[in-house]
Amino acid sequence: MANTTEPGTAPARKGVLAYLGSHLREYGMLLALLAIMIFFQIVTGGTLLKPVNITNLFLQNSYIIIMALGMLLVIVAGHIDLSVGSVAAFVGAISAVLTVNVGLPVIVVIPLCIVAGMLIGAAQGYWIAYWRIPSFIVTLAGMLVFRGLTLWLLGGQNIGPFPKSFQSLSTGFIPDLFGVDKPNVTAIVLVAAAAAALVWLAVRARQRNAAYGIQQEPTAMFWIRNAVIAGALVFVGVQLAYFRGLPNVLIIMSILIVAYAFFTESTVMGRRIYAIGGNLKASRLSGINADRLTFLAFVNMGALAALAGMIVTARLNSATPKAGVGFELDVIAAVFIGGASMSGGVGKIVGVVVGAFIMGVMNNGMSIMGIGIDYQQVIKGLVLLAAVIFDVYNKSKQG
Amino acid sequence: MQPLLEMRSITKTFPGVKALDTVNLTVMPGEIHALVGENGAGKSTLMKVLSGVYPAGSYEGEIHYDGKLAEFRTIRDSESVGIIIIHQELALVPLLSIAENLFLGNERAGGGVIDWHETFAQTEKHLARVGLNEPPSRLVGKIGVGKQQLVEIAKALAKDVRLLILDEPTAALQENDSQKLLDLLLELKLHGVTSIIISHKLNEVRRVADRVTVIRDGTAVSTMDARAEPISEERIIRDMVGRDMAHRYPERERKVGPVLMEVKGWNAWHPEQTERQVIKDVNFNVRAGEIVGIAGLMGSGRTELAMSIFGRSYGRNISGSVLMNGKPVDVSSVKSAVGSGLAYVTEDRKELGLILEEPILRNISLANLEGISSGGVLNKAEEQQVAERYRKAMRIRTPGVYQRVVNLSGGNQQKVVLSKWLFADPQVLILDEPTRGIDVGAKFEIYGIMNDLVAQGRGVVMISSEMPELLGMCDRIYVMNEGRLVGELAAAEASQERIMAHILRN
Repeated sequence: MANTTEPGTAPARKGVLAYLGSHLREYGMLLALLAIMIFFQIVTGGTLLKPVNITNLFLQNSYIIIMALGMLLVIVAGHIDLSVGSVAAFVGAISAVLTVNVGLPVIVVIPLCIVAGMLIGAAQGYWIAYWRIPSFIVTLAGMLVFRGLTLWLLGGQNIGPFPKSFQSLSTGFIPDLFGVDKPNVTAIVLVAAAAAALVWLAVRARQRNAAYGIQQEPTAMFWIRNAVIAGALVFVGVQLAYFRGLPNVLIIMSILIVAYAFFTESTVMGRRIYAIGGNLKASRLSGINADRLTFLAFVNMGALAALAGMIVTARLNSATPKAGVGFELDVIAAVFIGGASMSGGVGKIVGVVVGAFIMGVMNNGMSIMGIGIDYQQVIKGLVLLAAVIFDVYNKSKQG
Repeated sequence: MQPLLEMRSITKTFPGVKALDTVNLTVMPGEIHALVGENGAGKSTLMKVLSGVYPAGSYEGEIHYDGKLAEFRTIRDSESVGIIIIHQELALVPLLSIAENLFLGNERAGGGVIDWHETFAQTEKHLARVGLNEPPSRLVGKIGVGKQQLVEIAKALAKDVRLLILDEPTAALQENDSQKLLDLLLELKLHGVTSIIISHKLNEVRRVADRVTVIRDGTAVSTMDARAEPISEERIIRDMVGRDMAHRYPERERKVGPVLMEVKGWNAWHPEQTERQVIKDVNFNVRAGEIVGIAGLMGSGRTELAMSIFGRSYGRNISGSVLMNGKPVDVSSVKSAVGSGLAYVTEDRKELGLILEEPILRNISLANLEGISSGGVLNKAEEQQVAERYRKAMRIRTPGVYQRVVNLSGGNQQKVVLSKWLFADPQVLILDEPTRGIDVGAKFEIYGIMNDLVAQGRGVVMISSEMPELLGMCDRIYVMNEGRLVGELAAAEASQERIMAHILRN
């Protein structure tokens, strides 16, 4: 469930391994990601974790993760959004027209496009929330409509190139404020600070829980988990520092991940979204405005799809009619690999991020190895299936 | 005479729990054998052992059926010798016809092609035996629960049932449907069908059972013969709970205060059938410290009344006014109704009351997340303390508040729902069938909680189909029939006969 572990009937002090065994469902995907990374690190002869490739990993996967954050809310609320790829493409096209054709400054284009995404989300969410039309159908229609509108707006052409300021949305990096640049000291300092903050927050939460007598994971497990996470962060930060520093998009993505993790786990509104996915009728009878929350989940999805659309466009440096094709499948796959439930009410932001990186690392690793797109698809499909089977198996074992 | 069924020293262990401990059960041919006991006592487990849900080898002990040692590995094995179990949750497909349901898994077919003529003819025959007058082509979803129950029995007959097991067959039925069903069991008995009936309703057990076996904590405590002399309910209850229950309803000091809530001129129409008025000009009030009952048959509009008042959760074109402490209040949404000091505990806990997959503490905080948050941010430590407080106060039996509610028994689930609404701090609680599907011991505890509520000066409206419970608990009882309140009785003057008289006179 949330960040507190379920105490169940188990005694507090158990071995780390025994604890892992009984909480396989929570840590399983993280371990799988580690295993996949180690595997590709070996078979690609160390290319996977080279500074330039780590940077690429973030650039390639940022928009999937950003959309997956919104998709988690939609899926937790008991719905699905198939239109995100088309919406991202359409908003990307709008941003191109406004920037390249009209010549509006970036500072104006970005908020305008986000609003456009929200309006698209609202248009779809309205039918789903207030007319109770199945989201699968509404967003399937949206997928076709916005793909068509993208073609129409672009007239079948690519629009570009973009000014530097727009491109920096995706391909920009935080300059080194310390003036060293190789390595980028700012990147190292920021990442180290983030790692320290994460550990500090975790320790504080643990102390507070202990004060209230809430049972938690074993002490050894706590430190191992935090050491791994902090170590991974610092490692990634140092690697990035030896390429070009922190990508702007990594900063955007990190802020969003933290914000959505907080929203889902610690806010009233977030909790209510889980409630309506868990039992819609009971939630309504508990005074929760389920229609409005569903509507807002789609508005939010639209905004994130718009942001992702601009990042993709900035990365390609042109808006193309084919942008974002199939994104919805990667996004939805990331959410389900991350442990969300098809029937709603279950899923975590951390899981989604891990799920997205599993897909991302596999894409990247297989490309480096030169595996054809044909096999890549097969393997990705099987991984999705295996992840969900693993989840269901663990659930049935818990009883 | 040789017993039809003999279960000898059945012991069934799950990891950590002994669900059944050397249970013996003997069923004679042609008898109706009642199995009673509290929820979780082991009745269902015993029946699952019998029907092969738990296959031979997964338990200790022996089953002798028809004088022969029986080892059922699947439900199919037990069905092939005529043991058919009808579960509480009916196993019918609502979008298939009666005839299709009757022969589901047992199709009248040659070479995989269904013989519809034969199917329909036999369906007619079996429906006649159970006294159900519906065309075989009717969709099961279109007939009421009572009739669906009959379809289940007809389905059992189609499989040449010899031992029919019914798990709480009347739990979801209204009074006259229950009576019909019990009559049918007696009728089938005459035709040689042996039955085992699991029930919480002791008056029904007394009515149909030849013998009664009481199960408590996984052991068969006693078997009583009802043919010699009638068994007293007190005796059964004593064996069930393992102690004397001198008082089925806890004592309460009756202190009724001023009027808390008043409903005036309440009307509501059916959500789909726009011509049909479901609630007709209803007026009632609840005083502080008072438990007010609403009696009535199923379908009389009691739940519809409660739900239409509670945030217009049912019906359309709703009119009328609700006053709290003499002032009109807004109850047009659940949120505003809760804000006005109203709470509604639904009749259907699992569907409408709880998020089953979520832990106890999240269910308790659900209706009052404001109470454990500031500025829209949750304080989880406080949430846990609130849950702990209610766990202790309500005596919710669970290893901890992180336990998912799906793992709790019915009585404990109901306590979670009550905790949820108490945390919202309402002045008036409407409790819709608060003890449905709950065993005797837990019922007593729920009654105690209700008494505590009114002792705190709150008002309680209790909707119940069990008249003894209304008579035992309420200060005042309204009688509802066909959408109207047709009578009001003070506790002193109320009796089952007078309540029925009010219903029948209208």
